[in-house]
Amino acid sequence: MIVIDKISKHFGSITAVDMISFSVSTGEVLGFLGPNGAGKSTTMKMITGYLPPDHGTIQVCGFDTVDSPLEAKRNIGYLPEGAASYGDMVVQDYLSFIADIRHLKKEKKKRALDSAITNMALEKVLWQKIETLSKGFKRRVALAQAILHDPKVLILDEPTDGLDPNQKYQVRELIRNLSTDKIVIISTHILEEVGAVCSRAMIIAAGKVVADSTPDELARQATQAALPQQHGHDILPALNEVFRTLTAGSMQ
Amino acid sequence: MKICTSAMGVIFRREFSAYFATPLAYVFVLIFLVLSSVFTFYLGGFYERSQADLTTFFNFHPWLYLFLVPAISMRLWAEERSSGVIELLTTLPITQLDAVLGKFLAAWAFCGLAIVLTFPLWITVNYLGAPDNGIIIAAYWGSWLMAGSFLAIGCCMSALSKSQVIAFILTVVVCFLFILMGFPLVLDLFTGWAPSILLDAIAGLSFLTHFQSVSRGVLSLHDTLYYFTMIVVWLAATVYVLQVSQD
Ligand SMILES: Nc1ncnc2c1ncn2[C@@H]1O[C@H](COP(=O)(O)OP(=O)(O)OP(=O)(O)O)[C@@H](O)[C@H]1O
Ligand SMILES: [Mg+2]
Repeated sequence: MIVIDKISKHFGSITAVDMISFSVSTGEVLGFLGPNGAGKSTTMKMITGYLPPDHGTIQVCGFDTVDSPLEAKRNIGYLPEGAASYGDMVVQDYLSFIADIRHLKKEKKKRALDSAITNMALEKVLWQKIETLSKGFKRRVALAQAILHDPKVLILDEPTDGLDPNQKYQVRELIRNLSTDKIVIISTHILEEVGAVCSRAMIIAAGKVVADSTPDELARQATQAALPQQHGHDILPALNEVFRTLTAGSMQ
Repeated sequence: MKICTSAMGVIFRREFSAYFATPLAYVFVLIFLVLSSVFTFYLGGFYERSQADLTTFFNFHPWLYLFLVPAISMRLWAEERSSGVIELLTTLPITQLDAVLGKFLAAWAFCGLAIVLTFPLWITVNYLGAPDNGIIIAAYWGSWLMAGSFLAIGCCMSALSKSQVIAFILTVVVCFLFILMGFPLVLDLFTGWAPSILLDAIAGLSFLTHFQSVSRGVLSLHDTLYYFTMIVVWLAATVYVLQVSQD
């Protein structure tokens, strides 16, 4: 369970996040949509404890991210936007380092490493330095790092950005198959992804939540409002439409 | 903030092995060995003194460290900031203190390794004569403590900036000030008008004042305490800087 209560974040004169409140319960896969600079990544950085909110509070699995940061962080797996990792390490050593930090020992560590490596198909690059990997592989290493300790909460900032179609499919399958006792928050610019994996979609624009509903419901509203019926069950054009109408005001 | 030994240990191991993942470690150790020999044998007039001890060798250490230690410490935090790894490190379940200590101790251990590798010099003086080896061991220990203080300053400067170059320059400047404070030239500026307590305080803060006795093998508890205090204070400042710069 994640409970977010009226959080804001300012960078100088920029208001990146403006009094956002929402909660996510176990089993939900929440998708953040929104134009560039809307505040999606900033919101995620606050949930994961990288940035403290200027106002408001965030609870992750019952732990306040500012008052009990370690407990909150233990429950979170995070794929940062830039997918930064230690470039001077080989993949195997890097993941092993993360496992050690996460207190995974012996058998448990071995199983965790095996499953993350298989899931992200990293077998071929295990002994390659991360800085020499292609962009997609770097992201896959960072994803493996995020899912390694089988966290209750997964925060993935544009998880499929830069992945090849096979891996995109693989990652979506992974998110879909995550057992129902988890919370997943992803951000994406690919609207079909929201329809494919998310149980709930939230559109953020200019630091505010402008829509929060199931992907189907969002599409239905849009269809009723503007679009002709011919799209039938394909929700993609409808999602596109609702995205454009709701965020139109915030585009500079 | 509590220290979690296991998290600190994991960071320490990663950082320490990172030195050997690049040529950095080898280049550094080589430069350190070459420079310290050059200083000792040529500039220090090791042969002219016709005394089998390592006083000249240790006398040059503050000046060697002035440029070599910042080269190690500059990347400690500046690199994490510019590569974005700091975001990963901050969102892992470890405290900033664990990370600061783990990184510092790894760098300090690495410096210790470089210092230990000067042992051929020690063998040489033992071959040439009969030096007081107790004095030499005390001086090695004192030198390592001083390297730790330089490193702790460098750690803090590295946390201040994204740029390793800026971190390097800042560290050299601050360390240089701490060396200079012990010079009669600087102290003369204050004599006459400043109260003698202030004068003693300034001289007492200097690396040089504390190292002079150390290089002669007189390692008092006082000097050891001074170096440890420097390390603790600058590492605490590092944690503070990291916390403030988070938002
Ligand atoms: N460290 C920072 N300093 C100053 N401004 C920042 C900083 N980080 C983010 N911002 C600003 O905050 C706003 C929100 O940025 P954020 O990265 O959250 O957007 P986003 O929704 O993730 O966009 P994108 O889709 O491009 O990833 C932007 O206007 C950005 O310029
Ligand atoms: Mg973003």
